Amino acid sequence: MRIRSVARVVLYGVIALAIVGVGCKHPAPVTPAVAPAPPPPPPPQPTVTLQATPANVQRGQATTLRWSSTNATSLTLAPGVGNVSPEGNTSVTPTDSVTYTISATGPGGSASATARVTVTVPPPPPVAVAPAPSLEELFAKEVKDAYFDFDKADIRPDARSALAETAGFLKSYPQVKVMIEGHCDERGSTEYNLALGDRRAQATKDFLVSLGVASDRMQTVSYGKERPFCNEHVEDCWQQNRRGHFLMAK
Amino acid sequence: MRAIVRKGVVPLSPQVRLGRTARNDSALPVRLLMLLTVFALLCLTETATQAQDWFRTGTGLGVSKPKVAVADFVSRNTSSASMASLFSDVVRNDLDYSGIVDLASKSFYPTQVPSVPMELNYQAWSDPPASAQFLAFGNLSVTDTSGEIQAWFNDVHNPTAPPVVGRVYRGDSNEEQTRRYAHQFADEIIARLSGGLPGVAATQIAFVSTRSGNKEIWTMDYDGENQHELTSLHSIALTPRWSPDADRIAFTCYPTAGSILSAQICVYSTVSSRLLNWPRYRGTNSSPAWSPDGTKVMFMSSMLGNPELFIAEADGSHPRRLTHSTGADTSASWNPKTGQQVAFVSDRGGTPQLYTMDADGSEVQKVELPDMGYVIDPSWSPNGQLLAFSWRRPNGNYDLYIMDIASHALVELTRDAGRNERPSWAPDGRHIVFESTRTGTRQIWTMLADGTAVKQLTTQGQNESPNWAPK
Repeated sequence: MRIRSVARVVLYGVIALAIVGVGCKHPAPVTPAVAPAPPPPPPPQPTVTLQATPANVQRGQATTLRWSSTNATSLTLAPGVGNVSPEGNTSVTPTDSVTYTISATGPGGSASATARVTVTVPPPPPVAVAPAPSLEELFAKEVKDAYFDFDKADIRPDARSALAETAGFLKSYPQVKVMIEGHCDERGSTEYNLALGDRRAQATKDFLVSLGVASDRMQTVSYGKERPFCNEHVEDCWQQNRRGHFLMAK
Repeated sequence: MRAIVRKGVVPLSPQVRLGRTARNDSALPVRLLMLLTVFALLCLTETATQAQDWFRTGTGLGVSKPKVAVADFVSRNTSSASMASLFSDVVRNDLDYSGIVDLASKSFYPTQVPSVPMELNYQAWSDPPASAQFLAFGNLSVTDTSGEIQAWFNDVHNPTAPPVVGRVYRGDSNEEQTRRYAHQFADEIIARLSGGLPGVAATQIAFVSTRSGNKEIWTMDYDGENQHELTSLHSIALTPRWSPDADRIAFTCYPTAGSILSAQICVYSTVSSRLLNWPRYRGTNSSPAWSPDGTKVMFMSSMLGNPELFIAEADGSHPRRLTHSTGADTSASWNPKTGQQVAFVSDRGGTPQLYTMDADGSEVQKVELPDMGYVIDPSWSPNGQLLAFSWRRPNGNYDLYIMDIASHALVELTRDAGRNERPSWAPDGRHIVFESTRTGTRQIWTMLADGTAVKQLTTQGQNESPNWAPK
């Protein structure tokens, strides 16, 4: 029984010592609360730099934007790029001269930097060096034939507008010379149609001259009814064959 | 007697000089009688021209053609048998196609055939059933190198009379030469029977054919045999016209000079088989026509701007403008008899119509026809009295007509048989060559000038623009 009582006393004593001991190990936090504290230092201001290399490009060429930053938590490169990492580079191809701006934001505030990229436009290639196939394609697209009434060589209203387009082309491309072929439908004699085809080719040429196309750029030939575009014996076909037809002269 | 049906058109000016011409020109009895019939039947007013009735007329009414038999020519040796047969057939065809004889039916011929006049049994040929008035007969012999043909034409009603024709032909024994001799013999017979006007059996026809791939100038015998290509220009050759001496053909060609391509006049020599030099002019030049004396060529040219008729020397030098109109003038055809007048086509009135003028460009007159339409391809008959042309009447097709110049009486030669164009007179004034689409393709045909005896000469490719050699 005695022993038990002694053990109980020792246990209590250890617990009491443990409690006191814990309290003796944390004296510091108690001390500042009693002294006045100094103000905390401010967070550092972010910095950012931006460079374009090269700064001058021709339209269609690319340039490299390169940036770096400190103390920034977010960076935005505008126009057209968006959020970027604190340091890096990207390639851009502006169509026109532009000033790029990078904005850096951090706990210490914000900063920005700019870089100017100057885009120069190359001169258009001169018309004279346009490749021949494209001129022939243009000729096929823009030069319109003149169509005629049966037995007539008068320029109809529809032929007037067709020839106005043709004249527009010929004035745009003064180096082009043309052969104007006069054609007829199968009705009437070989001999009469040779004469009629001549009148149609001539009327076509005369009308273009009246629109300002130089006479010496145009030759005429009559094929009468010898070179039909269409061989059926119906009016639709005959109309196809009554025409002043343009060929680009070699 | 063959009766044909033709469409009637009233003469605009009824005064008739045909009685005189009929007496003066024995070469044209058939056609002129036909025209007289037109006049006699239809002295109506112009309003009646609207009537499109058909009427009946006759060819050679009241004229009895001599009845002719052609015996099979006797072959003297076996190697000449095929040539003898060919010779007989060609003579027979030529006489039949001359339009001036009645050929006795071969099935009625006597079985005994004479080879020389001594063997001729006159009565056997003059009595029925042969009932011939004249007999052509003879013989052929062929050696390795040459042949000989003896040919006679006798009046079997007059046993005492000398032969009307007696000929000996010696030369190559090939088919072409045998044909040529047969044509010559037939022409001699025709000349005797028609009062001196030569036959056309030995003449040629020039034309345009596509059969070699391009339109080139070709020639053939009048019966369609021996078709030959003359040109090989590989572009476009058109509108051939023989010179009066028949040794040149002028036509429309498309030569290139540098970059310039245009229609020009070309002249081909059938003697030297080559193109002759002819000057080139600005613009379109086409449709040449020789003057009857061969010294001038009239042609269409736009060298001064508008298509007009020009006249130049035969070598093409010194062109002079003849017509002045705002339309197209072309298709000149000289009056071969006088050389003073020219028929041509002009659209100065709106559509192509027929006009005449003097050869110096004066006295231009429109040829008035009963209705408007489309008139092309004039061809003046050898005696100067008739114009053949192609006429597309309102709602009609292209058909051939003949008009008497003095009276303007018209005869329609074709109807309901495709397009019929480009008539050209044979020098005998009895035949016309023309182009027709009646078989579906354009081909060359001949006929008698009354529209009968129509015969197709070409079949290969498309063939057009025939021109009958003047001799």
